[in-house]
Amino acid sequence: MKISIIALAASVGLSTSAYAADVAPTAVSYTDGAVEMSLTGTAGDPAAGAKVLGSRSLGNCVACHEVSALPDIAFQGMIGPSLDGAGDRWSEAELRGIVANAKMMFEGTIMPSFYKDTGYIRPGNAYTGKAADGALDPLLSAQQIEDVVAYLATLKD
Amino acid sequence: MNKFTKGLGACMTAIIVASGAMAEPVDDTLVINEEIEIVTRTAAPAHLSDVMDEVMSGWLFRGEETRAMEMDDFDNPGMIFVEQAEDVWNTADGTEGKSCADCHGESTEMAGVRPVYPKYVEAAGEVRTMEMAINDCRENRMGAEEWKYVGNDMVNMTALLASVSRGMPVNVAIDGPAQSTWEQGKDIYYTRFGQLELSCSNCHEDNYGNMIRADHLSQGQINGFPTYRLKNTKLNAVQDRFKGCIRDTRAETFAPGSPEFVALELYVGSRGNGLSVEGPSVRN
Ligand code: HEC
Ligand code: HEC
Ligand code: HEC
Repeated sequence: MKISIIALAASVGLSTSAYAADVAPTAVSYTDGAVEMSLTGTAGDPAAGAKVLGSRSLGNCVACHEVSALPDIAFQGMIGPSLDGAGDRWSEAELRGIVANAKMMFEGTIMPSFYKDTGYIRPGNAYTGKAADGALDPLLSAQQIEDVVAYLATLKD
Repeated sequence: MNKFTKGLGACMTAIIVASGAMAEPVDDTLVINEEIEIVTRTAAPAHLSDVMDEVMSGWLFRGEETRAMEMDDFDNPGMIFVEQAEDVWNTADGTEGKSCADCHGESTEMAGVRPVYPKYVEAAGEVRTMEMAINDCRENRMGAEEWKYVGNDMVNMTALLASVSRGMPVNVAIDGPAQSTWEQGKDIYYTRFGQLELSCSNCHEDNYGNMIRADHLSQGQINGFPTYRLKNTKLNAVQDRFKGCIRDTRAETFAPGSPEFVALELYVGSRGNGLSVEGPSVRN
């Protein structure tokens, strides 16, 4: 927790170098699967979040979830529950925890951990099938997580 | 309130709501050339009884037109490659000047080989795939060059050897000297690889019948291999398919022909014990 407070303070102070100030994946503090503190200190942008949800190369959340509010996206999956009403079911902190690392909320879930950069078995270099060279970036950046959380919060029944 | 329980509650509700829209496998039967009856659905083998009741061919998860292509050899593009392999079967090659037929007779004499592979080969002291057995003949009995493990010559020949066993039940042995390799394959099947941390079981055991984006998830059975895929309009080797599925988890894959994939093929093959050999099948 201490680390994330320091990180947040830093990001408020130095808004020009946002990346350096993001809470690092290994420093995120989960309480019952939820993450209270913003990962960046910058409010999420719901429109950008919607793009991340639908894009194959970004979150590709629709591979597993249906979202009625995004009817233009063909072929929505049904591995996970529909995200309709997610903003009613979950608080912002809970949504942040689920998107950052769903395994903290749902033990053993199939849902990938989007804000994590270590602890993988045979990590690859994206979708090449080759070994990853060097350190991995998390699947989504801290700001993309915030954007997705901001979008999910708009999904009310 | 415990968040885990709350999460489960929320998703239970969603599952109940979603189940109305489940894309179930079709209720259909496969008879090839109005002659060869294919078992596409049967009781799960004993070693799977605690995870599923029934095993199902990938054929049941494909669309109507794709399914129809497999019902008649004239409509199955995979059979063109079977014919090509039949020519190779009868053609001498290598320093010994022998063809496969010189030793094995008609290709139909090989009926019954496909259903039991991969298997432990006593003389080799290891579990071998059919590809390994074929290359053993080429290298050591014909004095010919090995074929590339998933190259065209090899895939075509495996299609021929599958086609002559169509309708016979897959019967891969999992005990005795094969057991340790089988266990290794099982471990791989349940390992969550790559940056997406997904195991074969996450998709093909826990979610078959569900849509993942545009794909209707099957049980990932291999009784239909090699498969002619409409997507790339060629025959696809089983271990090439494994490679593709692991790559899609953002993982470093194993190489076709590697000990890991041989073990995985043995294990996945045994999950289909009781289904009919169906290759070359048609998939999308
Ligand atoms: C591989 C499939 C998969 C992907 C990809 C995936 N999820 Fe999930 N998600 C699930 C499953 C399954 C659950 C249900 C939790 C469990 O496993 O019990 C879930 C649960 C959730 C929940 C809570 C469900 C609720 O409303 O009650 C949210 C919110 C969520 N996911 C958001 C996302 C977002 C946002 C993304 C993309 C950044 C995403 N998911 C990507 C499979 C997936
Ligand atoms: C010089 C004789 C000879 C030639 C030529 C030959 N084989 Fe063999 N093959 C054998 C013998 C001997 C065995 C091992 C005994 C057995 O299982 O039949 C064998 C085994 C096999 C097996 C494993 C059979 C099983 O039941 O386990 C396959 C598959 C096979 N050969 C395919 C081929 C193919 C394909 C060709 C041509 C590319 C070929 N062979 C050429 C002699 C030959
Ligand atoms: C992210 C989900 C996912 C994972 C993980 C996955 N697959 Fe697949 N697999 C698919 C999809 C999608 C298809 C194409 C549709 C189908 O047949 O299920 C497929 C197809 C297959 C097929 C072809 C089935 C047929 O009838 O033609 C086999 C075999 C297979 N997978 C094996 C595996 C194995 C072995 C693993 C683990 C190493 C694995 N898969 C992991 C999604 C996955």
